[in-house]
Amino acid sequence: MQRHLISAADLTRDDAVLILDTAEEMARVADRPIKKLPTLRGRTVVNLFFEDSTRTRISFEAAEKRLSADVINFTAKGSSVSKGESLKDTAQTLEAMGVDAVVIRHSASGAPYRLANSGWIDAAVINAGDGTHQHPTQALLDAFTMRRRLVGRDAGIGQDLSGKRITIVGDVLHSRVARSNVDLLHTLGAEVTLVAPPTLVPVGVEHWPCEVSYDLDSTLPKSDAVMMLRVQRERMNAAFFPTEREYSRRYGLDGERMAKMPEHAIVMHPGPMVRGMEITAEVADSDRCTVVEQVGNGVSIRMAVLYLLLGGNEPAVSHARTNEEKQDR
Amino acid sequence: MDTQASDARPVLEGPDIARVLTRIAHEIVERAKGADDVVLLGIPTRGVFLAQRLAVKLEQITDRKMPVGSLDITMYRDDLRMHPPRALARTEIPGDGIDGRLVVLVDDVLFSGRTIRAALDALNDIGRPRAVQLAVLVDRGHRELPIRADYVGKNLPTSLRETVKVQLAEEDGRDTVLLGAKPTQ
Amino acid sequence: MSKTLIRGAKVLGGEPQDVLIDGETIAEVGVGLSAEGAEAVEAGGKVLLPGLVDLHTHLREPGREDSETVLTGTRAAASGGYTAVFAMANTFPVADTAGVVEQVYRLGQEHGYCDVQPIGAVTVGLEGRKLAELGAMHESAAGVTVFSDDGKCVDDAVIMRRALEYVKAFGGVVAQHAQEPRLTEGAQMNEGVVSAELGLGGWPAVAEESIIARDVLLAEHVGSRVHICHLSTAGSVEIVRWAKSRGIDVTAEVTPHHLLLTDELVRTYNPVYKVNPPLRTERDVMALREALADGTIDIVATDHAPHPHEDKDCEWAAAAMGMVGLETALSVVQQTMVETGLLDWAGVADRMSVKPARIGRAHGHGRPVSVGEPANLTLVDTAYRGEVDPAGFASRSRNTPYEGRELPGRVTHTWLRGKATLVDGKLT
Repeated sequence: MQRHLISAADLTRDDAVLILDTAEEMARVADRPIKKLPTLRGRTVVNLFFEDSTRTRISFEAAEKRLSADVINFTAKGSSVSKGESLKDTAQTLEAMGVDAVVIRHSASGAPYRLANSGWIDAAVINAGDGTHQHPTQALLDAFTMRRRLVGRDAGIGQDLSGKRITIVGDVLHSRVARSNVDLLHTLGAEVTLVAPPTLVPVGVEHWPCEVSYDLDSTLPKSDAVMMLRVQRERMNAAFFPTEREYSRRYGLDGERMAKMPEHAIVMHPGPMVRGMEITAEVADSDRCTVVEQVGNGVSIRMAVLYLLLGGNEPAVSHARTNEEKQDR
Repeated sequence: MDTQASDARPVLEGPDIARVLTRIAHEIVERAKGADDVVLLGIPTRGVFLAQRLAVKLEQITDRKMPVGSLDITMYRDDLRMHPPRALARTEIPGDGIDGRLVVLVDDVLFSGRTIRAALDALNDIGRPRAVQLAVLVDRGHRELPIRADYVGKNLPTSLRETVKVQLAEEDGRDTVLLGAKPTQ
Repeated sequence: MSKTLIRGAKVLGGEPQDVLIDGETIAEVGVGLSAEGAEAVEAGGKVLLPGLVDLHTHLREPGREDSETVLTGTRAAASGGYTAVFAMANTFPVADTAGVVEQVYRLGQEHGYCDVQPIGAVTVGLEGRKLAELGAMHESAAGVTVFSDDGKCVDDAVIMRRALEYVKAFGGVVAQHAQEPRLTEGAQMNEGVVSAELGLGGWPAVAEESIIARDVLLAEHVGSRVHICHLSTAGSVEIVRWAKSRGIDVTAEVTPHHLLLTDELVRTYNPVYKVNPPLRTERDVMALREALADGTIDIVATDHAPHPHEDKDCEWAAAAMGMVGLETALSVVQQTMVETGLLDWAGVADRMSVKPARIGRAHGHGRPVSVGEPANLTLVDTAYRGEVDPAGFASRSRNTPYEGRELPGRVTHTWLRGKATLVDGKLT
């Protein structure tokens, strides 16, 4: 039985649509005078952050509190974490305290998987981003944002993203957001194209259920949504690209490029944005850019995930996909 | 369907249900003195259809637009931990809200009273009504909480070994209330 | 002088014969032997091999006695059918002086479970900058002939060239850990389909192959021999095959785990599968088996790398690289090479005893099972089938990737110069 959310690749289409539909109802709570539900009263959720991410932690915390869970924040950043024992020891400490769920953020790919599968802890594990592996709730909130904008809030209920053309641009190699989105968007029926300099695309990408292009300009007119990934300036020192200027000239989104997109198409960014690098201020501040909306949607999605994993006596998202199904994509 | 057609017998048929709803509509107008501040909130799934039907009848009687909405109580249930999480239904509060108004909750069957308790909790998070009343199509008894209905379509004495199944055209293709034996496990 | 009579053993997998050990040597080989006062061992169709020789073992002493010592490591070796192991130099302090190699050598002799032949570091502190005193280590009591910075690659081409040249003076060999360091910065697993999905840093095949290509050309240029440690990719096989066809004096080893396991196992994020070089693909595994069968790869070496539990009971990135292997090596080879028809038992003896002894100049090991030879022998119950249970290991560490896996074959007896170190599966 799947009690955890570790990878977007573990979700079936029906699971994903159920989460999006539930999030749509959760979003309505935000419009009420009392933005709180009693659903997780008496349940303890720990936000276990081994890597700094105020945005993600706040989003989870807001979701947990709106569902009346007891929230414990545990931030263990810095060098003490480089030693592996701390994850196991911390997990066992939390277990002894009787926590029901652990939301974990870790710089090591696979740390949430280990936490969920090593017998260190009984609690449900929700991956809030691990290394360059996965960030499933980010992919879910991105899909939720796309469904609202491209299909409609009410019209979207029960629907997936069949036929939508999504372009993801930037540092795919180091991006858990890209990996999660490729998996989830494919499951939801969208056609995904990755655009990046060849140095920032992983070896082995040819087995991913998506297209890869090195040319942004020819991809933009065929996109319903364009997701810009953050590109860290340090990458240039490791020779992934020559200069910031060359990167933004070839792969950055400015007003002129945005004009090549279809009228209805939206611009997305998981944040935090590096303005002037992958996106210009003009695009970031335009009404086609959904960055702020994505933040709000993040709370609704995380409420939905928490409710579906913890709300009952067993998780509603329980269809662990077999490896065969995963590979058939 | 958990009730076999063969061993379930109808206790209310289509015309009965229509007649009962008409009576409840008149009672609401009478007790709420014209019903000018009434808001109908149906509890999903079938309570919502009943609330909508009541609204139509109230509009015919009062010749005014009747605010009607839905109130999903899933997240407020006290038995959440005993089942897998359910998919949520829509909560739709009419535009003017419920503050200072008379909210009439509408449900199909009144049984333990736990659903209504959850509905009262849910209402509490949405606003502060002047008063809350309850209208149900069938009251089958066996209350587990101090809750009673203000408007009852039919009092139906039942055994705990029986099930009551309300079917409505909007959801089930026909209007009927069936009383049957609980399927043996 | 004690005598042991082994009755009905299939010598190198052949027809059952009796073998009489008298003192330290093999006294008689034939059918229907009898000997007054000899201790009899009923082999009952088990296979008799020359004692196995491992050219690549980490005994961890001195410095990491929490994971293995010379004693526990040689006991593990005897359990696995080995009579000689070559101990890698990456200890604390590094085995880069005559003092350290003599200490390790003497510990092996004192314990008496298995001959320990220390490997000397190529460069001081394994740092790749300055040659260690290779000649002094060779002339020491340990008589070092194999030099390696294993764990680290001798990546500086000039240092590698000098080392290759220098050891010619005393018939030494440099064993290269082929890993281009810049291409493997932050590397966590084989770079390919699985690493792309798991988001773990890639260890590309080319980082191994480019060093091997350079080193075989260097060996050719300076007329030296070179040994390639734990060759792991199909591309490396091609390069070694090409080099041998050109007459370059190159030898190569493969580990048991690279003959059986693939990077698909990393999907579990279980660090027990974390090893350097990393587990590769099915295609690589098949190429390695074929190369071992046709002689392109000369030997099987375990790269036995013990680590304490806590270094593996953690998240992948924080875990140590390496697997123990001495006690499962022969079983893995039986499964991957013998039961697939790629090698017969004489071939196994060649790849796991004769050739490694020859490459490492381990005198008295890897000899034929015939009269007058040193009685270094291993008796294998090849019909045995059983699940690997690390709790029964003689090694101090338990980091085996085979826990719970059914493997064929079990070593029941090991003799080191006529003295039994393992009897009925129990260490003496």
